[in-house]
Amino acid sequence: MSLLPGKAAGRTDIARCRRGPVIVSSVASDAHTWNLVYLQLVIEELGYEVVNLGPCVPDDLLVQECRARLPAMVVISSVNGHGYQEGLRVVQRLRACPELRGIPMVIGGKLGITGGESSGHIDDLLSAGFDAVFDDGTAGIASFRRLLTALSPPEPMLEVAS
Amino acid sequence: MNFGDFVRRCHRAGKLVVQPRMGMSSPARMRAGLLATKNANATTVGTITLDSFTRNGDLASVERALRDGVGLNGYPIVHYDPDVTRAMLDGVMAADFPVQVRHGSARPLPIMKALAAAGLHATEGGPVSYCLPYGRTPLAESVRNWAACCAVLRDSVEGEPHVETFGGCMMGQLCPPSQLVALSVLEAMFFYQHGMRSISVSYAQQTSVAQDLEALAALRRLCAQLLPHARWHVVVYAYMGLYPRTPAGAMTLLGKAAELAVRSGSERLIVKTVAEAHRIPTIEENVSALEHAAAVAGGTVAHAPAREPDGGQVYAEAYTLVEAVLNCGSDIGAALSTAFRRGLLDVPYCVHPDNAGRTRSFIDTDGRLQWADIGSLPLSGVVGRRRSRSVTAADLMEALSHIQRVFDAEALEQANRRAL
Repeated sequence: MSLLPGKAAGRTDIARCRRGPVIVSSVASDAHTWNLVYLQLVIEELGYEVVNLGPCVPDDLLVQECRARLPAMVVISSVNGHGYQEGLRVVQRLRACPELRGIPMVIGGKLGITGGESSGHIDDLLSAGFDAVFDDGTAGIASFRRLLTALSPPEPMLEVAS
Repeated sequence: MNFGDFVRRCHRAGKLVVQPRMGMSSPARMRAGLLATKNANATTVGTITLDSFTRNGDLASVERALRDGVGLNGYPIVHYDPDVTRAMLDGVMAADFPVQVRHGSARPLPIMKALAAAGLHATEGGPVSYCLPYGRTPLAESVRNWAACCAVLRDSVEGEPHVETFGGCMMGQLCPPSQLVALSVLEAMFFYQHGMRSISVSYAQQTSVAQDLEALAALRRLCAQLLPHARWHVVVYAYMGLYPRTPAGAMTLLGKAAELAVRSGSERLIVKTVAEAHRIPTIEENVSALEHAAAVAGGTVAHAPAREPDGGQVYAEAYTLVEAVLNCGSDIGAALSTAFRRGLLDVPYCVHPDNAGRTRSFIDTDGRLQWADIGSLPLSGVVGRRRSRSVTAADLMEALSHIQRVFDAEALEQANRRAL
């Protein structure tokens, strides 16, 4: 559950991003949920609306949801050890869509089966299209929060009169 | 002998049956794991856990992994010819060592056909419990799939099939016990309606011994009332959430699960190992866990829990939830779908599109798992009236790691005392 300081690619001009929901998603083979629920609460607390696609999200569905919603950010989290392979695959499909090229996309969790990512894997994920890669561990979530805070601050949510 | 009959016979003889989670990609390794389970110093049944590609019906990935020599995280029963599995089990599976197939699939029909063809008869799952937590298969489709599975088990298994509900384990942690009990009973009723007669009902150890004992008493009481003609037993799962990282903490928590199983009159226990917080356990770690659980169980006395005349809080909530679902219609599968659509059942923190997602839970100062928000659950007259609490990310993380912290801290403190 975790996201550790990562390496950032600097591809996206974060300050110019438009306001939209943040999409939280797993990858196709990963059935874990708690990491996604936790991230949803973290992101909501920073004032964003979250669309949580949940576990076992097929590539097609993630691409379709991103194209339909044009999110402020795409956050992929995986802890079953297949995140490296599946993350590489799906981010290339996302970046192939012209309307998604400028949207910040990050990935984190337990991405390989050995514990601890090699810098080679991280570089692969960055060059495939992610803006940041967060490894499993305690400092990760703080780093992720800083990144999200750096996005243009969202407008305050409208209070619902009741 | 049928899996359920074996477990019930052991219980009458005063033995708790203990069972590992275990699945290897090669038949030789799977056989070695089953033999080690059988030969452990404990009353055991065997487990074949399937790999995650087979669970998702992705047989091409199974073939690719086996061809490339990449290990799978379980036994690919659909990929192997039934004769391969029969040979793997030959001389291992026996009347006094039945074997259960464990999978976690919302589309399990090919798995049911494969296990029946290989001479196996015991499995587990359920239309809700193997659908909502793990993916995006629509609930109504899962209900249809599991009805079809029951037909395959009825018609194709040699001897009598046994099926276990996984409904008492929803999400692993943070689902209040009353809803776990209700789902376990409702899935058992679904299986019964589809012709299963040998059934087990599950319940996963949560955060409070007293509340867990209440929940297991409620589960037995509801099964006695609602499944009078089934042959059923109760299986307890050692804690399924974030597990202690220290070996001593992990073993203490497993021991508590064994005590809970015996004290509640439960018949079977699924163990966890010292490796749980770190990786998939080895055969040896599984055997150690089985033997530790059996030793603790052997030293624990079963005693009838003090029965509150009204059954207690967990029973009152579980009864209300079950009744609300049964009022949705006489077809249990359709009633379950309707109940989730109306929010009469609603699993906290479950993000499946067919779950309302309006309920929240928290751990109170006594360690009991309580409702923070009941959403549309029909519990407003049953749960004490209180304001809904919002749950922050920090609250959630604290609740998720509560058991891990408590048991690791105790283990470290004991180690420090010994060192002084």
